[in-house]
Amino acid sequence: MNDKLYNNRAWWLILPMLLLVAFSAIIPLMTVVNYSVQDVFDAHTRFFTGTEWFRETLNDPALQAALLRQFAFSLTVLAIEVPLGISIALLMPRKGWQASAVLILVTMPLLIPWNVVGSIWQIFTRGDIGLMGWGLRELGYGYNITRSAADAWGTIILMDVWHWTPLIALLCYSGLRAIPDAYYQAARIDRASRWAVFRYIQLPKLTNVLVIGVLLRFMHSFMIYAEPFVLTGGGPGSSTTFLSQTLTTMAIGQQDLGPSAAFSIIYFLIILLVCWIFYTAIMNLQKDKQNKGA
Amino acid sequence: MTRSMPTTPDAVRKQAAAADARRRREARPVSRQWRRRGLMAAYILFVLLPIYWLLNMSFQSNSEILGALTLWPQDFTLEHYTRILTDSSWYMGYVNSIAYVVMNMLISISVALPAAYAFSRYRFIGDKHLFFWLLTNLMAPPAVFLLPYFQLYYTVGLFDTHVAVALAHCLFNIPLAVWILEGFMSGVPKEIDETAFIDGYSFPRFFVKIFIPMISSGIGVTLFFLFMFSWVELLLASTLTSTGAQPIGSVMTQTKGASGIDWGTLSAAGVLTILPGIIVVYFVRNHIAKGFALGRT
Amino acid sequence: MAEITLKGLAHSYLPQPTSPGDYAIREMDHVWQQGGAYALLGPSGCGKSTLLNIISGLLEPSSGEVLFDGERVNSLPPEARNIAQVFQFPVVYDTMTVYDNLAFPLRNVGTPAGRVHERVLEVADVLELTAQLKRKAKNLTADEKQKVSMGRGLVRDDVSAILFDEPLTVIDPQLKWKLRRKLKEIHRRFNITMVYVTHDQLEASTFADKIAVMYEGQVVQFGTPRELFEAPNHTFVGYFIGSPGMNFLEVALRDGRVVSGAVSLSVAPAVHRAVAEARSTNLKLGIRPEFVEVHPAPVEDAMEARVEDVQDLGTYAIVQLRLGEIALKARVEEDEPLPEERAWLRFPVERLGLYVDEFRVEIPHE
Repeated sequence: MNDKLYNNRAWWLILPMLLLVAFSAIIPLMTVVNYSVQDVFDAHTRFFTGTEWFRETLNDPALQAALLRQFAFSLTVLAIEVPLGISIALLMPRKGWQASAVLILVTMPLLIPWNVVGSIWQIFTRGDIGLMGWGLRELGYGYNITRSAADAWGTIILMDVWHWTPLIALLCYSGLRAIPDAYYQAARIDRASRWAVFRYIQLPKLTNVLVIGVLLRFMHSFMIYAEPFVLTGGGPGSSTTFLSQTLTTMAIGQQDLGPSAAFSIIYFLIILLVCWIFYTAIMNLQKDKQNKGA
Repeated sequence: MTRSMPTTPDAVRKQAAAADARRRREARPVSRQWRRRGLMAAYILFVLLPIYWLLNMSFQSNSEILGALTLWPQDFTLEHYTRILTDSSWYMGYVNSIAYVVMNMLISISVALPAAYAFSRYRFIGDKHLFFWLLTNLMAPPAVFLLPYFQLYYTVGLFDTHVAVALAHCLFNIPLAVWILEGFMSGVPKEIDETAFIDGYSFPRFFVKIFIPMISSGIGVTLFFLFMFSWVELLLASTLTSTGAQPIGSVMTQTKGASGIDWGTLSAAGVLTILPGIIVVYFVRNHIAKGFALGRT
Repeated sequence: MAEITLKGLAHSYLPQPTSPGDYAIREMDHVWQQGGAYALLGPSGCGKSTLLNIISGLLEPSSGEVLFDGERVNSLPPEARNIAQVFQFPVVYDTMTVYDNLAFPLRNVGTPAGRVHERVLEVADVLELTAQLKRKAKNLTADEKQKVSMGRGLVRDDVSAILFDEPLTVIDPQLKWKLRRKLKEIHRRFNITMVYVTHDQLEASTFADKIAVMYEGQVVQFGTPRELFEAPNHTFVGYFIGSPGMNFLEVALRDGRVVSGAVSLSVAPAVHRAVAEARSTNLKLGIRPEFVEVHPAPVEDAMEARVEDVQDLGTYAIVQLRLGEIALKARVEEDEPLPEERAWLRFPVERLGLYVDEFRVEIPHE
């Protein structure tokens, strides 16, 4: 990386991409910023409000609650999906038709449209027609996601684990495949235990892919919208209403343009902050890699 | 497992490792082998059960669905599938979805290839900041852009077209493509470029004839991810369309008729949205294992 | 500490080998004595990697026995054989420090901390790694990493042999000789059997006391570097060892004279007798370029040859000659006169080897 050529003509290669992304990102973002500092009555009447919407948003208890729920949700699914994904990757067969078959089966949930994921779980968990809902009731547990917030939470988390653990598993699987056999042989000659092999050979080689995995998972879980919207509609009450849904309701449903724009910006900034932390982490990892090569 | 004469030391090492692994597996206590398989099977069951249930529902008549719970279709019917495949308001949903997904894949990959090359080979003013800014778009919640997108595409007259959705999905797909491709391209030694230029290749010819074939598996993986994220996204796609380019996902919300939800048709439609994904995975199955590390192991 | 014996050993990667070509190792017997420094030398595809993997225990031989100190270990996995191995690409535990890397094999078997510390310091001292002990193994250079992976074998008291699988492949050329010398020094100090696999004759001869040259799945010669050079007992060893390789002339007896093609050779009576007694039609005379006498002017009993090319390499020159139709190479030291267009050659009888069906037979000489 250090031996990259310095050449500003490279900008020409970037330009088409830049124009497209700018069209999809910068113009809309400017609109959001514009709204966030104004009070819009109709197309011709608007007032400059400064930071008022931001203050209001930050003090809105409903939004604060949604933010807390969002963090709770993201951290919970990460805490389940990362270890589970690593374990699945370790269990997945390496060779033969089983390897291909398992690979295809594991990948499947990732390619299902998100609202369909919601529908699948809605059908699966309904008390009257769903296998899981019916089964739990038969077992004597009064399972009801429209009444019990705990049931709704549990189901949404189970759904997310079902939906996204494959991503972590596949990332780790490909990370594990990249470890040369010599490492395992050396470990055995050194009489390392299974745990030591995992701790000192497999896990270190997985750090790179895990950083990517955690980053992607954090982002997507933070933006989750379609699945809980279809499954629980955010309820019961607002117990499973996460940030995206709160925002959509505000912007489209209630047409509160100013506050929702301010909210959008805060929302985006939180994700950026976390993203920046990860980005620096990745960069440091790569720096270490280069030192190794030097 | 192929058993043939290895000719290079590397091949010998691979064969030796494989033979050793085989022996080791056989030497392992049977209980542990079965524990491994059992755990894997349990997870696969967990993955398949909800999908099976969807499949089960899609082959049942609505009266059977709403009647007693049955573990498999007692009264096997294809009526829901027939309905979807004969009613244009249904099947056009699939056509629309596939149309914008393919458009998005083409747009994204064609602008991302040169950009990723620039990032992997050159330093230039603002390169790091630009790359970071690109990644931030990957993090942008679609919900934030909902309203501005609606207004923007309405103003430029693209509302309810495939292009609108294809362009909107560029927001996260182009940065993703650049990021993945950059990883693969950095794995190609720079000497290849230099040799080609010394041999008198022009940049475009070198790029198309030499470089692109070298990272073909990376391009395959990138296309897979582009398909995946464009196919599964619904919030933007349904907001930017009404009737002309409506994706299948939002067509599915129409099943809420007067007599409640038409579960059978909803299930059949769901099954049909899973199929393209399975086909795509089947084609790239041999590259997934390597490709998922995104060139970054 | 162990003596490694290979008894009637053969290995094939095919489940049902039929022809000799199906075997990676053809039936062989061999002994690596305790404490020796050995090299296993051969071109790629000769079976040396296979043999190494059989000794280390990753591969189980198709037939025959591997004995460690007389005990059959055929089916024992590497960890039960008490051998250490240094791989082609350095294997270190990236996240651990050098100290922890060296301590790892001892800690895995629950060695008391005091003993671990003592051994690690001792080995680090020998390997000149003391200054790096606190550093993360990830940030070491390739040669330091190879030293660490060797050190993991040395810390153990119970290691009977260290196997090296082309360990210098990724080391910078200027560091190679340094590391080779280190290996040699360690060998003297630790009295451990070392087997070193390589395709580089220079590496083999600087490291090993005795070299086993492999060719088509068999050890064709086992001897000191000097023996391999002076008396290669197979034409392959002649070709493979030395630079340039040995000259071979296909010979026959015609009208009472030793001839090669159309050329009549002037050789000592002992050679004549040996050729006459041989019972095969596949006869070759071999002589090293170093031992061909080259004269710029006619001398007694010499054969006249054309000079085709002279490569001056500073302290010596390689002269390409043509004797009739036969191409020969000869080495001429810088203090000797260089021939110009013509040269007169003599083959000293004590330097000539007769090869019957590719194997050397001794020519008696006084």
